[in-house]
Amino acid sequence: MEAEEGLRLGRSVAELRETFRSGRTRGVAWRKSQLRAILKLVDDHEDAIFEALHQDLGKHPVEVYRDEIGVVKKSATNSLSCVEKWMAPKKGQLPLLFFPARGEVLPEPLGLVLIFVPWNFPIALALDPLMGAISAGNTVVVKPSELAPACSSFLANTLPLYLDSKAVKVIEGGTDISQQLLQQKWDKIFFTGSTRVGRIVMSEAAKHLTPVTLELGGKCPIILDTLSDPSEIKVAAKRIAGGKWGPCSGQACIAIDYLLVEQKFASTMIEFLKKTISRFYGENPKNLKNLSRIVNKHQFERLRNILEDPSIAASIIHGGSLDEKNLTIEPTILLNPPLDADIMTEEIFGPLLPIITLTNIQESIEFINSRPKPLAIYAFTKNDSFKKKILAETSSGSVTFNDTMIQFVCDSLPFGGVGQSGFGRYHGKYSFDTFSHEKAVLHRSFFLDLEPRYPPWNDFKMQFIRFAYMFDYLRIVLLLLGYKLKKIFSPGHLA
Amino acid sequence: MASEDKKPKAACFDGEAARSLVTELRKTFDAGKTKSYEWRVSQLKSLLKLTKDHENDIIEALRTDLSKPVLEAFVSEIAMLKSSCEFTLKQLKRWMVPEKVKTSITTFPSSAEIVPEPLGVVLVISAWNYPFLLSLDPVIGAIAAGNAVVLKPSEIAPATSSLLAKLLGEYMDRSAVKVIEGAVPETSALLEQKWDKIFYTGNGKVGRIVLAAAAKHLTPVDLELGGKCPVIVDSNINLIVTARRIIAGKWGMNNGQACISADHIITTKDFAPKLIDALKVELVKFYGNEPLVSEDLSRIVSSNHFARVTKLLDDDKVAGKIVHGGQNDQNNLKIAPTILLDVPEDCLMMNEEIFGPLLPIVTVNNLEDSFKIINSREKPLAAYIFTTNKRLKEAFVKNVSAGGLLINDVALHIANPYLPFGGVGESGMGSYHGRFSFDTFTHKKAVLYRSFAGDASARYPPYTPGKLKLLKALLSGNILGIIRALIGW
Repeated sequence: MEAEEGLRLGRSVAELRETFRSGRTRGVAWRKSQLRAILKLVDDHEDAIFEALHQDLGKHPVEVYRDEIGVVKKSATNSLSCVEKWMAPKKGQLPLLFFPARGEVLPEPLGLVLIFVPWNFPIALALDPLMGAISAGNTVVVKPSELAPACSSFLANTLPLYLDSKAVKVIEGGTDISQQLLQQKWDKIFFTGSTRVGRIVMSEAAKHLTPVTLELGGKCPIILDTLSDPSEIKVAAKRIAGGKWGPCSGQACIAIDYLLVEQKFASTMIEFLKKTISRFYGENPKNLKNLSRIVNKHQFERLRNILEDPSIAASIIHGGSLDEKNLTIEPTILLNPPLDADIMTEEIFGPLLPIITLTNIQESIEFINSRPKPLAIYAFTKNDSFKKKILAETSSGSVTFNDTMIQFVCDSLPFGGVGQSGFGRYHGKYSFDTFSHEKAVLHRSFFLDLEPRYPPWNDFKMQFIRFAYMFDYLRIVLLLLGYKLKKIFSPGHLA
Repeated sequence: MASEDKKPKAACFDGEAARSLVTELRKTFDAGKTKSYEWRVSQLKSLLKLTKDHENDIIEALRTDLSKPVLEAFVSEIAMLKSSCEFTLKQLKRWMVPEKVKTSITTFPSSAEIVPEPLGVVLVISAWNYPFLLSLDPVIGAIAAGNAVVLKPSEIAPATSSLLAKLLGEYMDRSAVKVIEGAVPETSALLEQKWDKIFYTGNGKVGRIVLAAAAKHLTPVDLELGGKCPVIVDSNINLIVTARRIIAGKWGMNNGQACISADHIITTKDFAPKLIDALKVELVKFYGNEPLVSEDLSRIVSSNHFARVTKLLDDDKVAGKIVHGGQNDQNNLKIAPTILLDVPEDCLMMNEEIFGPLLPIVTVNNLEDSFKIINSREKPLAAYIFTTNKRLKEAFVKNVSAGGLLINDVALHIANPYLPFGGVGESGMGSYHGRFSFDTFTHKKAVLYRSFAGDASARYPPYTPGKLKLLKALLSGNILGIIRALIGW
């Protein structure tokens, strides 16, 4: 059975290589047609996508549009209008010494691309990287997550109806299929998921010297400076709640993981947060509205174990109830859980918000720096010098001031991690670049061949080259003129 | 001379030593010293001074390790390094400035920028063929980007390795820049540690080992590898200039032991004899009638590599195809410039990177066929073509994939700091030189500034159809749509 699967996979990959070799995916017309097809697919099947995401994650259609469909449409429209510009060679500057010559950097597709899709944004994180790979002219295999089965089926059934199935394939399956895929030789692998699996993907890719982009996660902190204006505190509370429980109930790589705040401001903020939570999600923990559920029993149990750990349970100050039948967990706030507990050492990826109080908000920098670099740092503050300090002294994929999550829809900013949160980036032009090879091209002519480049070597040639490397054209000319008059233009004079 | 980086021969550099090395460098980095512009500039200036003050020592070390001719050592290593350093010093301030980027109405009101920051503690593993340049050029990039750096020079060029250890120990900030000498055990100990970036120059076999070790720590890697860099030669060219440039790009580059040296030639059956004649004439002009004793040719680096290269000629089917050269001097590890015509496709020489002074010429009926031949092999670091035919040039640029392409010359593109230098596929990943060196050791951090004003309630629950409409409009950036949604149309 496994051998059969392996053979089938091998054949699919061979077909994609053949397609790439034929050159069909290189032209701008093909790329645009595929991007337009994705746009149409999403338009035609909006309801089906709402349905699939409701089934897999209990997402509300507005959340789906905001986080998945809208993102994909925006990305497709942007790529369609920019792809030709992105494909154009970039002219390079050349030092005069190279004259006559012309230099440029020409982007070209890498070839065969493999995209691993996570379960939490199973449509957007499939289609957005796919569009990047297509706009760069590659052939692609998309491997959706088996933990979001309705979306996986949707992609497997629908993409072949809209896209060039000899160039873009969806391969469904679990860990065994992923492992088989990793045995093939790819020209690029794009992985979104956990650090644990990221390591495995990179290790397998190493065997073929395949470059990878790893979009991982981390504990994304929010630094909350003390605010005094109630209208601002209200906005902050909304953005914090929206950035914690809004995206897939906290199961997102850039969701807020934990909050750092000064002791004296904590209780005010907690009150505002509680009010915001009940406004957003309703009062009844048995009937939470507008909140995704936990993806599956396994993750649910993981989060339950965290909450039921006595040392952690003691710090719950809001929420904490679990609905096993519906796999939902109430938005939960914890105050100062032990720093060595799982909840503070592992990425939470769920609707639990630990609040850590500090004496002075400046301590937040050291707190964050003593932990692995996260994908995003959020900071709510109006203090400009504190902002500068955060930028200069912490490291993360990105930093967003006075808001949460929204950096995701800013196409001009690269989206990616650093350190344990990953490497490589995408969105906007960065998507095109991450699936491209930037080929350097230098054009020379036969005219003006420089003798001193060639042996046999002698002092004159040495002197010439010394000046050439300093781009000291004056001395070169003098040297050439002075060659016959060695006495007057001796190296000593020119030094 | 006492440098705390140089371990006495008796003590070995093991995992324990590597771990404490990295810990020490992390402490230095976390303290913030390497981030300042002043520190970076002072270190780069020290590198420049070290190169200027010890030019003769460097040339001497290269002569010991590779019998590298003085002028070649100067041109391809010292002058390149000085040029790279000076270029970086001139541009660094500009590179360090955050890049402002546009924002769209979707995130209005907001402002955004991309802030370059150092990755942290980086490892540079160097190669033996340009042991001075390929050690210090990446180090320039690492320092310019504000990192702490460990350099592991190649043990196959021992004189240069110990000179680097000595000089860097004297001139550089030892709390942030270290040299670790050694071979496989020391390199393995280093690779077990967690680095923020690894930059490796060498071959694909070790490249895979480096990448696998890096995967355990999710460390990003640059691999500068090699490949069989082909030279396509058309007939409508200036034959003498072409011959000279090919020679300079083959035997003039460490006697063929360079990642971008011309590996083999592809030309038409008709033109091959003319090309061979021109090459022969120019070879004598350059290296005389006794190339084995010419001072202007490097030797083969070691007896292992000597055996490897001579083995390529071992096959009868191959030896019979020699049309020029073929002599060697085993005692002095010298192999004469050797040209072969139409060796069999399946011989070792045509399936491995030669990295030596053997130049096979492959003939085809049509030059267009050469693209297929090149594309059937792994992507090389560079590909070259000599032609005046515009259409052929364009077809070459479009259809041949390699790290870099050069038209009507060989190897010269590495001297251009405005072009990225790096491979693709088997020839590597990542690129450097000029600004690309700075970028490759940098994390470009995305920063978005928002204010408390302008909060779109459509983002938040409770979700309603009206909010859906507004979100659609907001995400599409369609101003009319936004207005209509806002007024409830």
